[in-house]
Formats: sequence, C-alpha cells, structure tokens
Amino acid sequence: METAREVTRLQDISRNTRKLILGTLAEAGSGHPGGSLSAVELLVTLYFYKMKHDPKNPKWLDRDRFILSKGHAAPLLYSILAEAGYFPAEELQHLRKLNALLQGHPDMKIPGVEMPAGSEGIGLSVGVGEALAAKIDGRAYRTYVLMGDGEQQEGEVWEAAMSAAKFKLDNLVAIIDRNGIQQDGLTEQIMPLEPLASKWRAFNWNVIEVDGYDFLQLIDAFDNAEMAKHKPTIVIAHTVKGKGVSFMEWSPTYHGTAPSKDKMTDIYKELK
Amino acid sequence: MLEKQGSMRNAYGEALVELGASNPGVVVLGADTTESMKSGMFGAKYPDRFFNLGIAEANLVGVAAGLALAGKVVYAGTYAIFVPGKCVDQIRNVIAYADLNVKLVCSHGGVSVGPDGGSHQQLEDIALMRVVPRMKVVIPADYTAVKGTVKAIAEIPGPFYVRITRGVVKGSTSPIIYEDGFDYKLGKAQVLREGGDVAIMACGLMVAESLRAAEALKAKGVEASVIDVHTVKPIDEETIVKYAKKCGKIVTAEEHNIFGGLGSAIAEVVTEHYPVAVRRVGVKDRFGESGEAQELLNKYGLTAEHIEQAALSF
Repeated sequence: METAREVTRLQDISRNTRKLILGTLAEAGSGHPGGSLSAVELLVTLYFYKMKHDPKNPKWLDRDRFILSKGHAAPLLYSILAEAGYFPAEELQHLRKLNALLQGHPDMKIPGVEMPAGSEGIGLSVGVGEALAAKIDGRAYRTYVLMGDGEQQEGEVWEAAMSAAKFKLDNLVAIIDRNGIQQDGLTEQIMPLEPLASKWRAFNWNVIEVDGYDFLQLIDAFDNAEMAKHKPTIVIAHTVKGKGVSFMEWSPTYHGTAPSKDKMTDIYKELK
Repeated sequence: MLEKQGSMRNAYGEALVELGASNPGVVVLGADTTESMKSGMFGAKYPDRFFNLGIAEANLVGVAAGLALAGKVVYAGTYAIFVPGKCVDQIRNVIAYADLNVKLVCSHGGVSVGPDGGSHQQLEDIALMRVVPRMKVVIPADYTAVKGTVKAIAEIPGPFYVRITRGVVKGSTSPIIYEDGFDYKLGKAQVLREGGDVAIMACGLMVAESLRAAEALKAKGVEASVIDVHTVKPIDEETIVKYAKKCGKIVTAEEHNIFGGLGSAIAEVVTEHYPVAVRRVGVKDRFGESGEAQELLNKYGLTAEHIEQAALSF
C-alpha cells in the first residue's frame, strides 16, 4: 500500500514535469523536447525519492550530486529544479531569452545546477572527480550522472568509465537514457552502441537494466546500486524519445524542435 | 645571473610537495607522465590526494573539474601538446565556463622539447588558452619563477594555464634568472634591466636569451630594457605602455608561434594605447622537427643573436 502510494506520487510529479517541459519549450520557441521527455521518470525518482538534497541550501556539502551530462535535456532539469523549489517556476517562462536565468544549456549561475553542460561526453569525468573528492574527504554523498545514449559515442565516456572502475567508485552511479534516437536518426544506424550492457560489464561496472518508466524498477536499481561495493554502477534505462506526446514519440525531428504553441491544447489533453 | 641552472619540472614537483603540506585541499592529477613531470613527488608523499588517469587527457581535465566543483584546489598537467592540445573543449566548456579552481601546469612547451620532434613541440598553447575567457596564462622564465608561480596560484581562485619547458641543457635544465625570495607578482611584468633605446619583452626561456641579447647590444652602444612578461593574461598593460613610451620600439620574444602569443598580446596593447613599432621573435607559423634543443632554437630563430638582430632592425 505504502509503495503504491509512493508510485502514485512520483507519477503525479512526472505528469506535471512533462507539462512544465512542454510549456517551457513552446514559450522558448526552441530547444530539445525528445530527450527531456524520455528521462522524466529517471530524474523524478532521483530528486523526489532517492537523493539527499536541500533546495534551500543548494551548496550543502553533503548533498548528493546530480550531473546532467546530456545538457540538451536542460528543460527537464530546470522543470525538476523548479518543482523541487530551487527557483521560482516563473523563471521557466524565460528559458533561452536574453538576460534570463535559464540558459539554453545548464549554467552554474542557476541554483541546483552542478555542472555546465552542452558539449557531450564530459559529465561522467566530472562525476568521477566529485566521487573521488567524497572518498578523499570521507563524505557519504553519492554522485549521479545522466548521459544520453548517443553520447556513448564520445571517447571520453570510456576514458571516464575506465577511471571510475580503477578507483572503485561505488559512490558513483551513471545512468543512460537509452531512447535509441540521436539528432541524425537511430543510434544503431548512426554509430551502433550494442551490445551496450556488455561493454559496461567489460569495463568492470555493475550493470543494471531497467524499464525507464517503471518506478518500482527504478527505485530498486538506485537502492541496489548502494549495495554494490568497490564498483561503480550504471543503470541503463530503456526509454522512449518524446515519451508522453504521441506525435513526438520515436521521432528524431523532436530531438531538437520545440512544440508550437497551437499544439499545446492537444498536448495538455494527452498528458491529463 | 644565468650561470646557475635549474629544472622547471623539479620546481613543479618541489612546489607541489610544499603545497601538499600547507594546503590539505590540494589534489594533483597526472596522465602517465607523472615521473617526467615530477608530480610523482607529490604522489609519493600524499598518495590519497594523487591520481594517475593514464593516457586519457580529456578525462584528466574532466576529473579535475569534478574535484574542483567539490572544493578542491586541483593541479593537473602533462605535456603541453596533450593539455591543452587535446582538451580545449573540456577546458573551455567546463573549467573556464564554470570558473573552476583548476591549475593546468604543462611541460614541454616550445621547440626545446628537442628530439621528439614536431608532434611533441607545442607552439600554439599560449594562443589557445589566451582566447578562453576567465583563463589566466603564465609562462615562467626559470626554476625559481616556476616554483613561485605554482605556489602563488593556489591562493588565486579560478583557472590557470602555466606553461613550462623541458630545458635546454643536459639534465633538462635552463638558466636561473631569479634569486630565491625575489619580489615576483603574478600579473606584474618584471623589469630586469633598464635601457632607453629598445624594450625587449619576453616570456619563458626567451627571457634568459633576452638578457644575453641586451649585453651584446650594450657592447654596440644600444641600451635595452628587458622585461619578463610572465603573465600573458591578464597582461600588464601599464608596464608595457610605460616602456613603449620610454623606448619607442619593442622586440617581443617567445618560444611559440608568432601568431596569437605574447608578441600578439603586446601588439594589441600598444596598438590601442601607444602605437610603436614591434618586432616579434618567435616561430614563424610553422611546425618544429627533431634535433637537440639548442640546435632547434638556433634554426627556428629563438636565440640571443636573433633578438639582438631584431633590436637592431628598426
């Protein structure tokens, strides 16, 4: 009963997050809906179930860190941070506008943003640094890094993967938003990634595969990651690009095209 | 002056060890060149604050960023051809964009790398780092200056690029210009010699060559000022303009492409504030090659004689 209530709560937050993302993008007139919508449940699970964090004290030393490596999912991160209370939700109306707080890609002046992102492939390295610092200082915080699946084509990801295994960073969790689509098309056509789970296993990581929309699986995955000792964990979340909006699902076009304002009535109807 | 020799990389290692004792927040990273770079000296003393990332320079810079985000003072370095050479993206988009406390100290700038050849002789790094906002760029002239710089930047928040050289003589050393405890301030050009006929402004190994050139010029009745512009960014406009006015002509000298480095930076300053003729001694937009350090410095026009000729060419 308790779990069912928890799942319902997370589902409600996810629905609201999707509305915020799409409303924000329609207002901005540009941005990346596909890879924001695909990863909603991943961030909702982290920010509203798993992570220790304090929106009133974003620089709290013992907070868990969330690093968005796929920086183009900024509308998702901003919607989550606004819902959590890091800044007023009105700021979302000004995304991508001159002199606004919310930049097109994550920027350190935004409360709650842990790393500037936009150039793919760097976030896992930064996560390794954060996790090493925790080990040096004996702090218990955990570091979570969300990567895109197309991002796995960047060589630096694998440099970082080797180093996290070398340093036995069991306080580091990487997550792949495995939606199968990148800007130019399907990942398996542009530059095949499979067998992706085997690659990470071969790099000596603890690998967990989940349905990216099943909260019970997500909760289990992040809880189990804490049990794995002397190894970093990667959660490969199988997701759908554009999840929740029928005409955006599985569409490379909506990787980087904002919805027009006249579509918003239909979109809100669908997200009810 | 100039009789004694010292290794810039030893200075880096020794400075790190001193910092390790005085500042528990200092963390040092290397990339499979830690013996050569002497950062291993820190690793031997403080193994829990020292990490070798292997031959993976992009990750080196990214991990440095993460440690800095967690509050550490991070020194990361390898050969300059690799950092910044391979990592301008990570340096620009994370370290500089987020204004992180990462000190990139890299060796093997210039042709004096020697026999390893053109692929290992970094001649573009000053230009690459100078154009990145928030990045500060220092090219110390000798052992003492490296030691002073490495320690001083721990106290100054934000990103630095410090370029050192392998050295020109046996044992990979280079001439010592500064005495221990000298008054040396980052951002403030060091006037080493006063003369009213021409101002020679140099950085790195070329400072010693400039002092030799000034001696030779004196024998010919030409009095040269010699100024060590170790901090190329932010550059000391005040001193540069002062000596432009005093001498009316400037020779710049650097072990770097004449495009985008110290000579360019000085030309930018005088063009805006007090235009005088500037002659740039440096590598003339080409790559290096194999050879002994001194042979290469001769061939590529980077000696006291070349500086002297430039000073007499106005």
